[in-house]
Amino acid sequence: MGALGRSLARVGAVAIFLLRVLAACPAALARPGPWIRQIYNTGARSLIIIMLCGLVVGMIMGLAFSDMLARFGSESALGVAAGLALLKELGPVLTALLFAGRAGTSLASEIGLMRATDQLTAMQVMAVDPLRAVVAPRFIGGIIAMPLLVAIFDIMGVFGTQLVGVSVMGVDAGTFWSQMQNQVGLDDVGEGVVKSLVFGFACTLIAVFEGFHAAPTAEGVGLATTRTVIISSVLVLIFDYMLTAAFL
Amino acid sequence: MVPPVPAENLVEVRGVRYSAGARPIFDGLDLAVRQGSITAVMGPSGTGKTTLLRLLTGQIRANAGSVHVLGEDVATLPRRGLFALRRRMGMLFQNGALLTDLDVFENVAFPVREHARLPEPVLRRLVLMKLEAVGLRGAAELMPQELSGGMARRVALARAIVMDPEVLIYDEPFVGLDPVSMGFIVRLIRRLNDALGITSIVVSHDVPEVGSIADYSYLLAGGRAVAQGTTPELQASSDPAVRQFMLGSSEGPVSFHYPAPDYAAQLLDDADLRARGVR
Repeated sequence: MGALGRSLARVGAVAIFLLRVLAACPAALARPGPWIRQIYNTGARSLIIIMLCGLVVGMIMGLAFSDMLARFGSESALGVAAGLALLKELGPVLTALLFAGRAGTSLASEIGLMRATDQLTAMQVMAVDPLRAVVAPRFIGGIIAMPLLVAIFDIMGVFGTQLVGVSVMGVDAGTFWSQMQNQVGLDDVGEGVVKSLVFGFACTLIAVFEGFHAAPTAEGVGLATTRTVIISSVLVLIFDYMLTAAFL
Repeated sequence: MVPPVPAENLVEVRGVRYSAGARPIFDGLDLAVRQGSITAVMGPSGTGKTTLLRLLTGQIRANAGSVHVLGEDVATLPRRGLFALRRRMGMLFQNGALLTDLDVFENVAFPVREHARLPEPVLRRLVLMKLEAVGLRGAAELMPQELSGGMARRVALARAIVMDPEVLIYDEPFVGLDPVSMGFIVRLIRRLNDALGITSIVVSHDVPEVGSIADYSYLLAGGRAVAQGTTPELQASSDPAVRQFMLGSSEGPVSFHYPAPDYAAQLLDDADLRARGVR
């Protein structure tokens, strides 16, 4: 009961924190500079790892799906299979997991260190609300960056599948693209976009919450960073299940 | 020197009680700061000097008693009123607390950008003027990580005065400074106070430095102000606790050691060793 009570209290604390951040968002949106810089920090700086992983995941699918589909004699469905898997599941989920590891930890430790070095207190004393000046721009930046990263992951993934499926496994290029074009619809893209928005929201919220509430010590900041990765990863998988069920 | 014309108190703390959890920090603290003066708040470590600053800036609220700053009751102010009050105050943090993602110029410009919409050329002149006042105009492009501790504190001081505050609070401004920086900061506090008409509160335990510029001093111990007066008055005090603190002596009523059981008995006590898992 003690652990359950603490967990419930923490969920409540996150909910209240979210309301406070949302209340600070309009004022933060009115100053584009900080949140545009955060799109760069969380998005552009995650680009290399997202592109690389997208490419490799696509290449793996090129190999694995070709092999699996060949057993049913339907190698021509490689484009559809890869396209759907990437757009609906792998793209949003893997990007979110990478985002939590790359951008989430960086956000949590940055805000945690700002707390530990009195920067947040200094802002309060200067009559500046840290939720508006520090948290909200990072929150907005993260939510905008995630769908963009997912789109780039998907593109790299499809490219990787095509690269291996067509050039190595011998799937016909025309069939690959035409099947994908015929079978993958806008609703599939929509599902991926909704998931990426939800995951971006969840991952960024957890990262800024953990950073903002980190104990002002080296250990506290370390713990906040670890919790960010763990909680974000579990949440992404749970939300993915719920959203997949909702989109069926 | 206390200003010859009786001036009003810009800060008044009356009968303040405050506990951090079960630990009492203040037990009936009284303190007043006159307009235009430099008031020193001295005391050994752990006497709640930093807590006092947090009370003055409304970061925490007293359990009992009142805290008035610039005529406002800090405890009853709503959030908006508290923020309005803070705009009239400046604070220098012990470690500077510069924003690490902004360079020196932007750190000093930060409060202005937040609270005023100045044309860029005017803002630039204002920031350079404040940086010149602390001798760091040439460091405007540096990042906080490239500054020494003393330089960081001077930048923080420029930031604290950029909005022309009425009250300026210094939290341990002399800790960890080399003699040159120390002398510079000491003179700077006096100069800023006199030139800009600021009222200053300096929290410190560096007795000679703060004593040399303070118009009036309070000595905190045991949750209250145990002595107050001008520096010569405190130096002439016959109170053993005041004498011990002013002279920096380890002998006196203020114990250097944290309360502990008898030393010899503890060394010989096997039970104590076993409790710590030593065999």
